[in-house]
Amino acid sequence: MAETKGYKKPLPRVDEESRGWWEALARHELYFQRCRDCGTKRFYPRALCPRCLSSATEWVRASGRATVYSFTVTYQNQAPGFREELPYVLAIVELDEGVRVMTNVVGCAPDAVRVGMPVEVVFDDVTAEVTLPKFQPPRAPERQG
Amino acid sequence: MTELRAPAGGIWGKTAVVGAYEHPTRFAPDKTAFQLHAESARGALEDAGLTVQDVDGFFTSGVGPIGILSLAGHLNLRPSYVDSQAIGGSSFVSHSFHAAAAIAAGLCNVALVTYGSTAASERFAIGTGTGGFVVEPPDSFEAPFGPTIVGSYALVARRHMHEYGTTGEQLAEIAVTMRRHAGLNPRAKYREPITVEDVLASRMISSPLHLLDCCVISDGGGALVLTSVERARDLRRPPVVILGAAEALRHAEIGTRDLLDVAARQSGPLALARAGVRHADIDLALIYDSYTITVLATLEALGFCAAGEGGAFCADGRIGLGGALPVNPDGGGLSSNHPGMRGIFLVVEATRQLRDECGPRQVKDATLALVHGTGGMLGQRHSGVTLILGRV
Repeated sequence: MAETKGYKKPLPRVDEESRGWWEALARHELYFQRCRDCGTKRFYPRALCPRCLSSATEWVRASGRATVYSFTVTYQNQAPGFREELPYVLAIVELDEGVRVMTNVVGCAPDAVRVGMPVEVVFDDVTAEVTLPKFQPPRAPERQG
Repeated sequence: MTELRAPAGGIWGKTAVVGAYEHPTRFAPDKTAFQLHAESARGALEDAGLTVQDVDGFFTSGVGPIGILSLAGHLNLRPSYVDSQAIGGSSFVSHSFHAAAAIAAGLCNVALVTYGSTAASERFAIGTGTGGFVVEPPDSFEAPFGPTIVGSYALVARRHMHEYGTTGEQLAEIAVTMRRHAGLNPRAKYREPITVEDVLASRMISSPLHLLDCCVISDGGGALVLTSVERARDLRRPPVVILGAAEALRHAEIGTRDLLDVAARQSGPLALARAGVRHADIDLALIYDSYTITVLATLEALGFCAAGEGGAFCADGRIGLGGALPVNPDGGGLSSNHPGMRGIFLVVEATRQLRDECGPRQVKDATLALVHGTGGMLGQRHSGVTLILGRV
């Protein structure tokens, strides 16, 4: 078991289906999958395309830009790791490439989060092996307008 | 009123609920869940005028992956048809559907459905203490971010507010209505009236859902007995016939999920069509109310109002007793009881309402009820099961 340095939240299981996703995140890159046969994009990563059952898969790099599709400010969660960080923002963001992912919005006050708000990926190295893609309001001025 | 007859052929209209029982307890620290199952089974069989020896079909859920084996042993059942459908709180609505199919097909004669849970006395934090485990592949992409169960429903509520302008006040009206109903139910866990202001002033659990937008946590149990309409005619209670049913699943798809595409959108129209009835024919609805948003989103998805109109639909008295579509006259999960998987109580209350035995909370002249159970997490993976029940 990898050293988690007291990190208490659940960690993902890294396996044949998902390794490419987690390895890219460890390099601070965000990728999603696309079927080489039918072209269907998919998230979360899996071995077979749910549309045509092909296992011919390519990884497509995402820009990291997204908008908040929905969110909730969590004030109560007894689970270890989360209860120490209340309140936190659980969100589903839509990547500019059209894929919706669950995440946390960080880097701003929870009360400042809005549906439709532009955000960009920030890589959170939670353990030596695992990096989680979180999202925050963009730092670059041109994204503010 | 449309004639209460299922389309010719098929399985509809051939099976009846003949025994229904809701355990009176809301807190039972010295009982096991199995004891609540057993006491509920006895209650439903007594209600039906049948014995445990008559049971040859057994349906249960919430007892662990192969817990039906232990529970069948506890009750000393030797069923020839078993179903441990596990799709969350709606499982028992699904059991009723599957029992109707099995009985109509001649696969069993008397089906027993049981439920029991001691969630409250075990201090199990149903809505805010789980969701943090990586068990199945999708969990790896969700659990690390802390999705509680209430949080999952809150994502739906927030998106609904964004798309349609639904307000916290409109959601609160649902909780207020359920509490008013609970005031007429002596067994309800909470019976003191509340106001919209009370709901909005209660502490935020996961925005935009406040404490009083959330179901209670109780202990409890319930059971149902079903048999053929033919046999039901010789039994103690007026038969409540299963006229139609359907079920559906929704999930995050391939990262394309529409949070407002609720499973009821698929199961509702199909169940109504199978029963050969229309929305306007329905006298009351039993809608799984894990949270206020569950009721609003389900009524829209079932087609009782258009998408986006659920807030106004629920806020003008229509879903209260005396309204056009009374919902959950027992006070529902929001005020009466919620031991974790509430689906069985929807069918119990529908049955008792259609038998005209609910006293002060009775819906007058109720002949046709729609039941809809939601299981799992509305904003993530969930099931929806719709059942149409009628008094014939």
